[in-house]
Amino acid sequence: MNIGNLIKISLRALSNNKLRAFLTMLGIIIGVASVITMLAIGQGSKESIRSQISEMGSNMIMIQPGADMKGGVRQSSDNMQTLKLKDFNDICSNTTYISKCSPSVASSGQFIFGANNYPSSISGVNADYMDIRKLTIEDGTIFNEQQIASAAKVCIVGKTVIKNLFPNGEEPIGKVIRFNKIPFTIIGTLKAKGYNSMGMDQDDIVLAPYTTVQKRVLAITYIQGIFASAISEDATTNATTEIKALLRSNHKLKDTADDDFNVRSQQELSTMLTSTTDMMTILLACIAGISLLVGGIGIMNIMYVSVKERTREIGLRMSIGAKGRDILSQFLIEAVLISFTGGIIGVILGIVSSFMVKLLFSWPISIQTYSVFLSFLVCTITGVFFGWYPAKNASELDPIEALRYE
Amino acid sequence: MSKSIIRLDNIKRNFQVGEETVHALRGVSFNINEGEFVTIMGTSGSGKSTLLNLLGCLDTPTEGEYYLDDIAVSTMDKNERSTLRNRKIGFVFQSYNLLAKTTALENVELPLLYNPTISTKERREKAEKALEAVGLSDRLHHKSNQMSGGQMQRVAIARALVNDPVLILADEATGNLDTRTAYEIMVLFQELYKKGRTIIFVTHNPELASFTSRNIVLRDGKVVKDTINEHIESAKNMLDNLPKQDD
Ligand SMILES: Nc1ncnc2c1ncn2[C@@H]1O[C@H](COP(=O)(O)OP(=O)(O)O)[C@@H](O)[C@H]1O
Ligand SMILES: [Mg+2]
Repeated sequence: MNIGNLIKISLRALSNNKLRAFLTMLGIIIGVASVITMLAIGQGSKESIRSQISEMGSNMIMIQPGADMKGGVRQSSDNMQTLKLKDFNDICSNTTYISKCSPSVASSGQFIFGANNYPSSISGVNADYMDIRKLTIEDGTIFNEQQIASAAKVCIVGKTVIKNLFPNGEEPIGKVIRFNKIPFTIIGTLKAKGYNSMGMDQDDIVLAPYTTVQKRVLAITYIQGIFASAISEDATTNATTEIKALLRSNHKLKDTADDDFNVRSQQELSTMLTSTTDMMTILLACIAGISLLVGGIGIMNIMYVSVKERTREIGLRMSIGAKGRDILSQFLIEAVLISFTGGIIGVILGIVSSFMVKLLFSWPISIQTYSVFLSFLVCTITGVFFGWYPAKNASELDPIEALRYE
Repeated sequence: MSKSIIRLDNIKRNFQVGEETVHALRGVSFNINEGEFVTIMGTSGSGKSTLLNLLGCLDTPTEGEYYLDDIAVSTMDKNERSTLRNRKIGFVFQSYNLLAKTTALENVELPLLYNPTISTKERREKAEKALEAVGLSDRLHHKSNQMSGGQMQRVAIARALVNDPVLILADEATGNLDTRTAYEIMVLFQELYKKGRTIIFVTHNPELASFTSRNIVLRDGKVVKDTINEHIESAKNMLDNLPKQDD
């Protein structure tokens, strides 16, 4: 028996009952469409978190004073003063896995220019901070070594601050703004970065030399944190270990003592967040997989009814020369055609609904080629698997009995 | 003397129904030559259908041997019998057994779809020719549910003819039709007979025996009468003499 004829026979049989064929397909369509949509949503949010993290600098390492906060217990202010400039200098010069580092001190307060004021905070850093946080100068310059050494009253401002202090679109560079009565000359502006994944405005920022913030704003000698950048993303783990060892020895901590600082890498955060979305993706895929299974059972159910209903037809086919295996093939091909067509429609629907999700809820989506192929493969297997039993039943009918069936 | 195509040698067919054994055929022997038009008659339950199923290789005898074209059917397996039915036998059933919602042409093409040696073009040509032979050239694309009983039976006959069978088997082929349509179908069978086809026609209507060349009567699974009909009546004349229906 040639396969072309068998496909023709199956197609003719299917087109005789288009509604039933469509209803059978529905389960598969919904199953495949949901697999694709769910995976697209899962993968989309994972990729968006990844890209936002790498925008913030995926090699970034943050060092903060004080032990890891356990159970939300407030730490004494002594604990918060453990990081010194020496720690920063040692991390800069005595490590192998760190390429950039910057101290960090910050103070919040009111910025005033003329009649406009805006509450924000000023961060004291050095020039490396720009690279670590992936910030770029739009106009003007970053402060130089000399300005850091002399604790110059200069600053670089972000877009949000500019918008609030210069609502009429004046040129900010060269203007003097006041922060807690201290005048700062604007020497540069930052390129806009927008909001990050935690909903924080990355343009609400003012940078000044750390020396200026330490001496003129806060009047302190310690530093509040250190930002560093590992030489590569893969080196972050080594860099973290290196920093911990260095700080422990600087702080003369005994082997039994806890760290009086904590080191977090962006990579850790990224791993944590992506593993959460991975889990979500798996969960979504499972739900979608179950609907595909239900679709398969639907095929079996309707195929089974269809075999019963078409008993006389099967008897007739056998009497005019169809062999058992021709009948088996016909019903199997019908099942596969149904699930395959359902698969195609499901893929289209899945892609459409993924884009609908993007349009309506502005969720990030990423359609996976593998999910398209996977669900296609699964639904073909479903067709064969669930079509087999009814088809086998049909092929084993006795032609005389089948012809007599009412 | 023309060639004998069917030889039955003491055929018995028993059915096991629970504890009981039903003897549907109790030793049937006869030969049928090429070109004969045979009616098999008998009361309901006399074993006509059982015999026809055996002749059509849908069933195998419990005892005895059946030679079709000099081949012992018992030596064939299920698939070989399927192929044999496909190439050598045409069935016509009482209830037509057309595929629902399928055109006349597709119904007639069906047996050829199970024959891989026939091309699409050939299949189409043969089907059109068979439909022409039953007078349905103008109904090729009518669907089975858009046709009358007589037309459906014609399609079924065309389907039985399409593979150019050595043997046409009809089981109560006029049983569901009114008298006029039944005569029309008989006219068709007589035309096929005149063209040299071998036809075996099962009926419980004794009237129809006068249209055929030979008449075998069964009772309780045995042949009780086997006569040659010297004066075959023309179904066409009978049809012309029927009182005109005016509705
Ligand atoms: N599959 C079967 N199982 C049991 N008994 C059967 C079967 N087929 C036929 N018979 C019995 O065999 C006898 C002959 O049946 P059948 O050939 O159908 O008669 P006819 O066609 O002449 O009316 C009947 O008694 C019937 O009940
Ligand atoms: Mg009968």
